[in-house]
Amino acid sequence: MIPVPVNTRTAPASPEPAATRGPVLRDWQPAASTALLRQRAGLLALIREFFAERGVLEVETPLLCRSGITDPAIEPLQVCSGRSIGADGRYLQTSPEYAMKRLLAAGSGSIYQVCKAFRDGEAGARHNPEFTLLEWYRPGLDHHQLMVEVADLVCHCLGPRPWQALSYRDLFLESLDIDPFSASVDTLCGIARGHFDVGNLEGDRDLWLDLLLTHAVEPWLAGRGICFVYDYPASQAALARIVERDGYWVAERFELYVDGLELANGYHELGDEREQRARFEADNRLRRQRGLATRPLDEQLLAALAAGLPACSGVALGMDRLLLCASGESDIRRVLAFPWERS
Amino acid sequence: MANFSTNEFRSGLKVMLDGDPCSILENEFVKPGKGQAFNRVRMRNLRTGRVWERTFKSGETLEGADVIDLTMQYLYTDGEFWYFMEPDTFEQHQADAKAVGDAYLWLKEQDNCEVTLYNGSPLSVAPANFVELEIVETDPGLKGDTAQGGSKPAKLSTGAVVKVPLFITTGEVIRVDTRTGEYQNRASKS
Repeated sequence: MIPVPVNTRTAPASPEPAATRGPVLRDWQPAASTALLRQRAGLLALIREFFAERGVLEVETPLLCRSGITDPAIEPLQVCSGRSIGADGRYLQTSPEYAMKRLLAAGSGSIYQVCKAFRDGEAGARHNPEFTLLEWYRPGLDHHQLMVEVADLVCHCLGPRPWQALSYRDLFLESLDIDPFSASVDTLCGIARGHFDVGNLEGDRDLWLDLLLTHAVEPWLAGRGICFVYDYPASQAALARIVERDGYWVAERFELYVDGLELANGYHELGDEREQRARFEADNRLRRQRGLATRPLDEQLLAALAAGLPACSGVALGMDRLLLCASGESDIRRVLAFPWERS
Repeated sequence: MANFSTNEFRSGLKVMLDGDPCSILENEFVKPGKGQAFNRVRMRNLRTGRVWERTFKSGETLEGADVIDLTMQYLYTDGEFWYFMEPDTFEQHQADAKAVGDAYLWLKEQDNCEVTLYNGSPLSVAPANFVELEIVETDPGLKGDTAQGGSKPAKLSTGAVVKVPLFITTGEVIRVDTRTGEYQNRASKS
């Protein structure tokens, strides 16, 4: 008779008493299906193919950075202890922008990167505190030329489809019949209060524009396929150049929407070190006013700008959201292997 | 009570808003590419029952509301108040007509129901999903009529009026879905 091999690693036939076992964790399993994991890998392959054909160099930069970000609407996560971490801690990057600009200033030429970025407190059907960005920079292109390349990339990934571009001003005129540049703050606030219960919400012009954009304009964009929005109010320039257009100061910045889902943000990049420093300082003043911690300026970025950033445009595109578009899923938590709650 | 930030708003959380206790139903985080983030929050005002959506700046906080749902036994009414008892402690609570609302139509003595307490006092009462009540008044039943066919109004012991099949007669006990007010079937006489 052949002896039956005993596999000592299999669980005993009778379960141990419940008291001696740990809790049964059900969220060890991935939230995304294997088909979606394959689709993500497919998108990455298409992106690398796209940039290889165009001679854009793939780069990597650090996730843990010495400087945070001054943007009053973005909160970084901090790593505070560890033998390699100094007394000031390190920040998990909210985007690879500053490091990539240092590469550009050092003469890298066109570059791209696919990396993780982290933003504290951003979680929901379209946000995960840890997410994947595709970011790239093109010396010699302005933001309109870069929009064409972004459309090419999106069509390379999602299949060919038509696209359009609207200025921020035309977007508000067409969707809400308001001129976002000339309407008074009271008018904007009145329209918002007329359509939405906002309680005792208070804020400046940009707050009301942001509220109308997220609550009324984005739903209007939902049925309109690929749409770029460009020339934002100068107060929302972030790191974009500011120019005068038709009597208004506008930021040479664009956003890409696919059926109302915000997918990418791009700039005709500001290269002036002094203006960049002034904007960082203005951000910090706003942070102080709002009771938020101020952030040390990224002196390494400012030094790179002083050394000379080539005239360029750059864009960051949310990879997880691109996968939402490609898969037809509506909740980002279903396209991530392990969303925040399971990570 | 503790304060809760918008990122802690979960379905079922009870918070104070404009002086009323409210229950959070849904919480959607929205943010433009750059700029101010908001939370669009669907909630129910537990005092009025109204369901609506309020927008908050992300990071705003609300005070938690001292609200709990308890299963209690309905005892009786004296016309002004309805009396309920916690089955474990035998503690009694009196609810006024505002708290009871339309639930009085489905309250039978000794039946269990859900009583929502706000700061220790009944704020609202929800009857069981199904209750068995006696018919006190309806047109005479039609001999030979079966389950199919028309319906007629029948008044129940609580005063509720429901539509019942033609063959149902006064004195019978029927089972009713309190969420829709619809007749389900005959119940054995209790």
